[in-house]
Amino acid sequence: MINKLRRSAILAVIPAAVALGLTSFSLPAQAQQQKTLRFIAQADLKILDPITTTAYITRNHGYMVYDTLFAMNSKFEIKPQMVDKFTVSPDKKTYTFTLRDGLMFHDGTPVRSADVIASVERWSKRDGLGQKLAESTDSWSATNDKTFVLKLKKPFAFVLDALGKPSSNVPFIMPERIAKTDAFTNITDPTGSGPFKMVKDEWVPGSKVIYVKNKEYMPRKEAPSWASGGKVVKVDRVEWLYIPDAATAANALGNGEADWWEQMPPDLIPVLAKNTSVKVENIDPLGSMGLIRFNFLNPPFNNEKMRRAVAMVVNQQDYVLGIAGSADNGKPCASYFTCGTPLSNNVGSSLLTGKRDFEAAKALIKESGYKGEKIVIISAADQPIVQSQSLLTTELLRKLGLNVELQAGDWGSLITRRTSKEPVDKGGWSIFHTWLVGPDLLNPGVNFALRGNGEKAWFGWPTDQKLETLRDAYFDAPNAAGAKKAAEAVQGRAFEFLPYIPTAQFILPTAYRTNLSGIIVAPMALLWNVEKK
Amino acid sequence: MINNSTMNRVDWPAQVSKIRLFLTVQLPALYKRYPFAVIGAATLLLMIFIAIFAPFLATVDPQAVAPLNRLKPPSWEYWFGTDALGRDVYSRVMYGTRVSLTVGISVAVLSTVIGLAIGLITGFVRWVDAIVMRIMDGLMSIPSILLAIALMALTKASIENVIIAITIAEVPRVVRLVRSLVLGLREQPYVEAAAASGTPLLKTLLRHILPNIAAPLLVQATYICASAMITEAILSFIGAGTPPNIPSWGNIMAESRSLFQIAGYLILFPSIFLSATVLAVNYLGDGLRDALDPRLSRRM
Amino acid sequence: MLSYIVRRLGATVVVMAVVAFVVFSLLYLTPGDPAAVIAGDVATSEDIARIRQSLGLDQPFLVRFGNWVWALLHGDMGTSIFNSLPVSKLIGQRVEPTLSLTICTLIVAILTSVPLGAIAAARAESKLDHAIMGFSVLGFSIPVFVLAYLLILLFSLQLHWLPVQGYRPISEGIWPWFLHLILPSLALGTVYAALIARITRASVLDVLSQDYIRTAQAKGLKESDIMIHHALKNAAVPIITIIGIGIGLLISGAVVTETVFAIPGIGRLTVDAILRRDYPIIQGVILIFSATYVMINLMIDLSYVFFDPRIRY
Repeated sequence: MINKLRRSAILAVIPAAVALGLTSFSLPAQAQQQKTLRFIAQADLKILDPITTTAYITRNHGYMVYDTLFAMNSKFEIKPQMVDKFTVSPDKKTYTFTLRDGLMFHDGTPVRSADVIASVERWSKRDGLGQKLAESTDSWSATNDKTFVLKLKKPFAFVLDALGKPSSNVPFIMPERIAKTDAFTNITDPTGSGPFKMVKDEWVPGSKVIYVKNKEYMPRKEAPSWASGGKVVKVDRVEWLYIPDAATAANALGNGEADWWEQMPPDLIPVLAKNTSVKVENIDPLGSMGLIRFNFLNPPFNNEKMRRAVAMVVNQQDYVLGIAGSADNGKPCASYFTCGTPLSNNVGSSLLTGKRDFEAAKALIKESGYKGEKIVIISAADQPIVQSQSLLTTELLRKLGLNVELQAGDWGSLITRRTSKEPVDKGGWSIFHTWLVGPDLLNPGVNFALRGNGEKAWFGWPTDQKLETLRDAYFDAPNAAGAKKAAEAVQGRAFEFLPYIPTAQFILPTAYRTNLSGIIVAPMALLWNVEKK
Repeated sequence: MINNSTMNRVDWPAQVSKIRLFLTVQLPALYKRYPFAVIGAATLLLMIFIAIFAPFLATVDPQAVAPLNRLKPPSWEYWFGTDALGRDVYSRVMYGTRVSLTVGISVAVLSTVIGLAIGLITGFVRWVDAIVMRIMDGLMSIPSILLAIALMALTKASIENVIIAITIAEVPRVVRLVRSLVLGLREQPYVEAAAASGTPLLKTLLRHILPNIAAPLLVQATYICASAMITEAILSFIGAGTPPNIPSWGNIMAESRSLFQIAGYLILFPSIFLSATVLAVNYLGDGLRDALDPRLSRRM
Repeated sequence: MLSYIVRRLGATVVVMAVVAFVVFSLLYLTPGDPAAVIAGDVATSEDIARIRQSLGLDQPFLVRFGNWVWALLHGDMGTSIFNSLPVSKLIGQRVEPTLSLTICTLIVAILTSVPLGAIAAARAESKLDHAIMGFSVLGFSIPVFVLAYLLILLFSLQLHWLPVQGYRPISEGIWPWFLHLILPSLALGTVYAALIARITRASVLDVLSQDYIRTAQAKGLKESDIMIHHALKNAAVPIITIIGIGIGLLISGAVVTETVFAIPGIGRLTVDAILRRDYPIIQGVILIFSATYVMINLMIDLSYVFFDPRIRY
């Protein structure tokens, strides 16, 4: 009898559950009047401060919630963004800027000169180009809330280039109270004056970031071009999803569970190729460049001959395939400046483009006096681009008969370990691989891997006075032609000294569902102007 | 007169007939009783053979990269196809056998030996028992995955670290088993008699305790071996496993995980080998358990 | 009974203290540190040293351990080194997905494995028995992620019945919540089910050979009644034990499942935290893991009393 009761109870529950389920299924559909853009981001947003870190994901976050004084357009020109008009004194030592009307922060306060000055000063403490600007700066001062003045000690041709810098670190403008934070402490308040507002309460680190349209934002009237022009937001809400598994991300996009995938591994293109509701495109005009970085403090790569021996056998085509999978998404680029940009050139590149010569390399190794010192390549198993380069280089060095060991951890271990200046047997390293985006390699001013300032340099710590002198010459260049010559000279020296070896230029395609339109072709993901039907 | 040399000559006919007896009578009988266990043992032997003779079985150097040949499906030239860097999957799977078997067997042996030692001590020395069991509980509550990742983050990815991490996770289980067995055996009359007659502890352990726990330990060891091989694959999947250029089945699968829809063979072949080996070891364990002491099936 | 519970709880505190100390030491010994991760690509060694100092990472071991324990006793698990959000909030965000996944997995696993194991025992040595045990062994011979990919391939991409990834909170509807949990539970539950099925079969087999079962059969009771009212109840102890021990398995598998299906659970939180050396999160999560694990095992040990009246504390 009890069994019968139980049975009928269960039978009664089932239709109730189904009814409940069906109603709750339809409810969310009705509530979805607002347009939500679901964007699969390239990484997990860990740090909210675009000044203390150069991570590209944080830079992208910066472009969502902040605005900049100037911005670069697709012709590499610097255009005003928050600035309405500006004048330069005849002796080129005084710049006067006036802000546009109606610029407001997300908390309702207007943007004032004091905010701008505090932000720029904080930025110039960390950024290389900003530091150069600071060297020439006499003072920043606010004439009134909308006008401010920059006084230089000596003319500096790159003031606007610095203030309109497209990639890490971007001089985003923050409220003065936030910008007063120490330049080595992360800020946590994402209040800015940009076209989106971050909904911090709904942020689930490691899973999703939520932004909403900033209804008070006043876009410029011009058409958008890279980060310049009018930033008109055409959706109500943006969800940044972090999907760690690439296959899952591809399938999510294909199934309609996401709208836009920022960067996809080229190998997965066939997965989405047959899907008629997804479009795969290369919208990044500059791409990125892989590189092999040496440790100049430890043998054997403190010896220029050893570095040259490696360069003599690096076959960029192999790295193109290893990173990008096919020639559709990558090509060799034997220049220290992004191929396809004004300053890239061929000076000295025969070292990488000529015929690969293992015999000559082996002879050079002998000549350098290599005594069999252990070479440790540190790699990150969770970063496919880093990993494939590491595997290729390991094989290359083995073919040269060198004593090489590949030690792979994860990205966190790698960036920790590369700070070590110890010898290899005490936890140091000899080589690591990484990649930098096109905008970071445009010229000797922003390319921080191309320096020779020893202790203060990027990991690897190369010391070369000639390289530094030639870089300074670039800053003193009077015009565009002079800048090009200076860049060529820098590259020529770079191919002798070899602060790093460029491996390949590659483009990570972007994929989006066909009901999206208005995606801006730019070297970084910009989410304004995108419409969803 | 007796010819001494005939005594010294090896009696080949007898040896041969012993082998023949095994192959024609004993093995089929074993197979009839424990079919899966025999198949399992044979598979395991095959894998061990592959592991030892991998250099001869592989067609190319497993670490040789050839980006021009990347992602080629299985063909006469590349029996299992090539991966994203153009490496031959067949050769890598052959060499991968070494790593997977090494991890499985090392973890099984190490955890059994260490667990045995600790279990014996806790079984016999009361005050140690309480402390050690709490520590074992603590260890068991830290998932092995996290321990392995932490170890890898601490130093570097290496086979040794993987073995250590999985062993630490498996030791508490062995300790529990040994301890419960020892506690039961301690009450047995012959053990009490040995203690009463003044037998030194060591002798008691060797002559009375060990032989009686050997069987369940052996069975447990086979299960640990199987589980360790799977755990290694999972660790490689997360990126905390064996170093990437040295092939292991888990590694090969992990590297190509996002390509399973385009180049499924990259996951298929290592997975078949892994599953077959793990299945074989599991069946072997079941067979051993049934053969040595059917009552064990109650416990494991 | 009460004194037993009190004693066990006391032991729990000891265990957790051990775990806390071990974990903290492990992290302290880590040569790298989060300062490098925070500093980013272009930082110099001096920048990193400054960040370390501002995070308090350069203080001696006992001072840091003491500070952490003190805060813990006041209910403060600290804040993430990276996003400065409180650890309790970060863990709290992930409790619902993790609990949902765990409970669904448990239901799937237990509901399939216990009946199957019992049936296999009832029909011991038959083809059905071999088939069930065969599937069970297969179940833990396939790595979780292979199974996950196969399931996605079949049910999401070919049949389009189920979504590929993601997690929907219950607040957005029961049906979407459930749909998104089916595949992950299947993938994770299979391994767990395989283990439980084996033990169930072994344990039930043992019970079925007992005299009182034969008596019940002689009395003419239906087989299903014998199974449910006599056999399973008496076979419960080893089964429940393995469920408790298997929770460790569940956590390991959950990490993989959460990665493949993009579920924002505690497993992924921990792995991410370990990979970037976010110490407060790692410490907080591991402490919670061990507390949960120990509590569950305590409850399981206590449940023996319900199933086996011979067991008394």
